[in-house]
Amino acid sequence: MPDAVLAALRAASHEASGRSNHTDGVWLADDEPILPGVRPRYMAAPGSTAEAAAVLRAAAAHDLAVVVGGGLTKQDWAAPPRRCDLLLSTRRLTGVVEHAAGDLIAVVRAGTRLTELAELLAPAGQQLALDAPLSGATVGGTVAVSTSGPRRMLYGTVRDLLIGVTVVRPDGAVAHAGGKVVKNVAGYDLGKLITGSYGTLGLVTEAAFRLHPCPAASAYVSRRAADPADAARLVAGVLAGQVVPSALEIDAPAEGGLAVVVLLEGTANGVAGRAVRTTRLLGGDAAISDAPPGWWSAYPWGPGDVGMKLTAALSGVPALLTAALTARRQHGVPLALRGSAGTGVLYAGLPGTTRAETVAVVVDALRAAAGAAGGHAVVLTAPAAVRERVDLWGPVEGLELMRRVKRQFDPDARFAPGRFVGGI
Amino acid sequence: MTTREIGTLAATLRAALGDEQVISDRQELRTYECDGLAQYRVVPALVALPRTAEQCAAVVRACAAADVPFVARGSGTGLSGGALPHADGVLIVTSQLRTIKEIAPQDERAVVEPGVINLHVTRAAAPYGYYYAPDPSSQQICSIGGNVAENSGGAHCLKYGFTTNHVTGLQVVTPDGDLVRLGGRAPDAPGYDLVGAFVGSEGTLGIATEVTVRLVRLPETVRTLLAAFRGTDAAGAATSAIIGAGVIPAAVEMMDALAIEAAEAAVHCGYPAGAGAVLIVELDGPASEVEAQFAQVERLCREHGAFEIRIAADETERLLFWKGRKSAFAAVGRISPDYIVQDGVIPRTALPEVLRRIDQLSRERGIRVANVFHAGDGNLHPLVLFDDAVEGQAERAEEVSGAILELCVALGGSITGEHGVGMDKARYMPRMFTDDDLDTMQLLRCAFDPRGLANPGKVFPTPRLCGEVPGRRTGVHPAQAAGLAEVF
Ligand SMILES: Cc1cc2nc3c(=O)[nH]c(=O)nc-3n(C[C@H](O)[C@H](O)[C@H](O)COP(=O)(O)OP(=O)(O)OC[C@H]3O[C@@H](n4cnc5c(N)ncnc54)[C@H](O)[C@@H]3O)c2cc1C
Repeated sequence: MPDAVLAALRAASHEASGRSNHTDGVWLADDEPILPGVRPRYMAAPGSTAEAAAVLRAAAAHDLAVVVGGGLTKQDWAAPPRRCDLLLSTRRLTGVVEHAAGDLIAVVRAGTRLTELAELLAPAGQQLALDAPLSGATVGGTVAVSTSGPRRMLYGTVRDLLIGVTVVRPDGAVAHAGGKVVKNVAGYDLGKLITGSYGTLGLVTEAAFRLHPCPAASAYVSRRAADPADAARLVAGVLAGQVVPSALEIDAPAEGGLAVVVLLEGTANGVAGRAVRTTRLLGGDAAISDAPPGWWSAYPWGPGDVGMKLTAALSGVPALLTAALTARRQHGVPLALRGSAGTGVLYAGLPGTTRAETVAVVVDALRAAAGAAGGHAVVLTAPAAVRERVDLWGPVEGLELMRRVKRQFDPDARFAPGRFVGGI
Repeated sequence: MTTREIGTLAATLRAALGDEQVISDRQELRTYECDGLAQYRVVPALVALPRTAEQCAAVVRACAAADVPFVARGSGTGLSGGALPHADGVLIVTSQLRTIKEIAPQDERAVVEPGVINLHVTRAAAPYGYYYAPDPSSQQICSIGGNVAENSGGAHCLKYGFTTNHVTGLQVVTPDGDLVRLGGRAPDAPGYDLVGAFVGSEGTLGIATEVTVRLVRLPETVRTLLAAFRGTDAAGAATSAIIGAGVIPAAVEMMDALAIEAAEAAVHCGYPAGAGAVLIVELDGPASEVEAQFAQVERLCREHGAFEIRIAADETERLLFWKGRKSAFAAVGRISPDYIVQDGVIPRTALPEVLRRIDQLSRERGIRVANVFHAGDGNLHPLVLFDDAVEGQAERAEEVSGAILELCVALGGSITGEHGVGMDKARYMPRMFTDDDLDTMQLLRCAFDPRGLANPGKVFPTPRLCGEVPGRRTGVHPAQAAGLAEVF
């Protein structure tokens, strides 16, 4: 039987792209790697913002639920969508639209992988200063989920580096916000709203970023810590020390042990001097290395495991760490911890084989500790059984306003419905 | 509003705030008729001066109940008419919300009320070795609430970012009058980044009643140089060379000959004679880094034609360098009876071209333009000089000023880098954004303020109707009816 919806999506794609062989723009999803939990019927891979807009207008007309996928590295993050008729891939929206090296900015299509972008920028001695904890991640996915790594301490996160976005709204209208200059206060900063919105407000097709020069030199200073209190003392010492670290990480692997690692970046002479000063600040067995430790900028979990993000006010990090180590002992679980002690962000991992019940009590304990420390505990990713059992997000301030935002952008709740906080 | 309606609302506000906290006397109301952009003046129907967040919420609730618009005002230093009152509305002034609630160096945060003066945060944090980084030139008088609303920048934002990069938490009164907390001391609160959306929204999404800001550790060293060039082309080339070399100075500021002349007349800053342009370059950070890069900056300035370089020997000399720059706006008053302060952004590499075009405009229309920039990030502050007493000059100055904005947009820049859109530039928004862009931005406004009571008439040239949009589904969604979705 002919599929009228497929025909409509194809017609839209065809008209907007001008391609004669329009089957490569929209097709039936049967053979595709499918999202966890739901089975989309249609796949689309538009090659331009205009084509994406045409396809999404057709999708709106047929009331299709839409999920956007980039590298599909994070589709097992957050809750699975309640509904997905159309999986829209950004894999043909790739490449750098503009790299103005003299202005330290780049405009990039959403499907571009962060690693490719890094290669394109490197010859100019520049970088998008975002760590990529997951290999294969695209620019669009990184914006949608707002992943970050150790260097957030100096450079901030996506929200701080994103200076402009092009978004296709759920109704297919194309909107831009921001621009391609770093300083700009004209209009609302929709880039902030889109960042970390898990694809629930629209499709990002292009993003403009502020770039940074690649540092001439870098050094890692590592030191073992006896316990959370010791780590806290070391972290506080570095923070007070005016050495301006690019990252200040702690690592507490499940097997035991605790390490503090400081990344310094800058000129060759400057870094050498600061590294020596940092060893003095840290004392003990502090040692300087050119290379990061093996775990650097990776989450303390693997595919299929439970991954959590814990946040705290800076002074609350030791208490949070203590609570996590206590939970590890009490529940006999190999809880691994790692993260940016210098900004108050820790990640926690548990094996995917951990019983859902056990995960739930550990999450409760961590959530209570994070809350007491002024932060949150969010389950980023977990096996299906766990996702069904635990509240992934915990308390969310301003939820009612968030629902109102969602309702304005996506009144029919068709974009990644259910994936986000409060069922958004 | 009728006199009677005003009287009723005034009585409600007095009951909630106390008599002293509500102004209805016409003469007293006049004090608040304009902000820093004094050519627009509107006397508000009432002024309310809440002392607490709860009182602020009570005022907004009263406005919502009476369907009366409200406008927030901090120190009234805004330069885009953002705090211009509404004739039929209540002006909510935060000058009595001035408590620094906490300086928490251990969290690298400060928690302040919105009326707190920008510089006071730094003063309070200094004993702990911290400061508040965003430093608008108006920092001695402007309020943190105003900074949040405008996403204010300053000379040091090149390296440290703008207000939005330094606000982690807010307490907000929504246009319904609810008190809501967003974000906090910890980073990355779950959900949409409503803190990020609120910062820079110019008072159109509600009123900030408490602000949690980042404190930054004071740098070990600060070094400042003043380089004199024959012209702006050379100074611009030196700026590009510095940035191109991978140096991110804390600040790079430029002034042209006319701006220097004005500053000399006003504050006798003693800049090198014969300079067609000066650059102030400041580096800060660990001493070993700063030393290496400072030498490089000095060399690059010389290579690009600096004929004199002065290095600040101490804090007094450093402040003298800055004095000329920081007083530039006011200083042009010495060389011109009237002036327009413009604020536009260009990609920094377009600087030479823009300056040539501004010069051309200036000669064509017979209107002098003094140029002051945050050169590092391409934020221009052309000061368009005129004499209102001379027939037609004001109009021509206005034209030149507008043409400069067009130029910024044409080169891929922005109509405002830090002063905001307010009421002054709302009409320029369509030059930079499409109808769909503006419509989409207003979806956010509709979420916060469907009735458009918060600072109406600002930012957007035409308000969006927030009711049901034609073609959109009304009523119950099928998924919701089937019990699959929760109620939105
Ligand atoms: C001499 C001079 C130099 C300046 N230099 C700079 C500079 O270097 N960089 C820069 O960015 N700006 C600069 N400005 C502009 C101005 O100082 C800033 O925009 C400042 O942030 C305004 O603060 P304010 O307290 O005066 O706000 P106001 O002028 O009172 O209000 C500004 C806007 O904020 C809104 N608002 C105020 N308080 C709140 C609140 N609590 N919640 C929500 N909305 C609120 C108002 O409704 C209005 O829209 C300068 C101004 C002058 C006069």
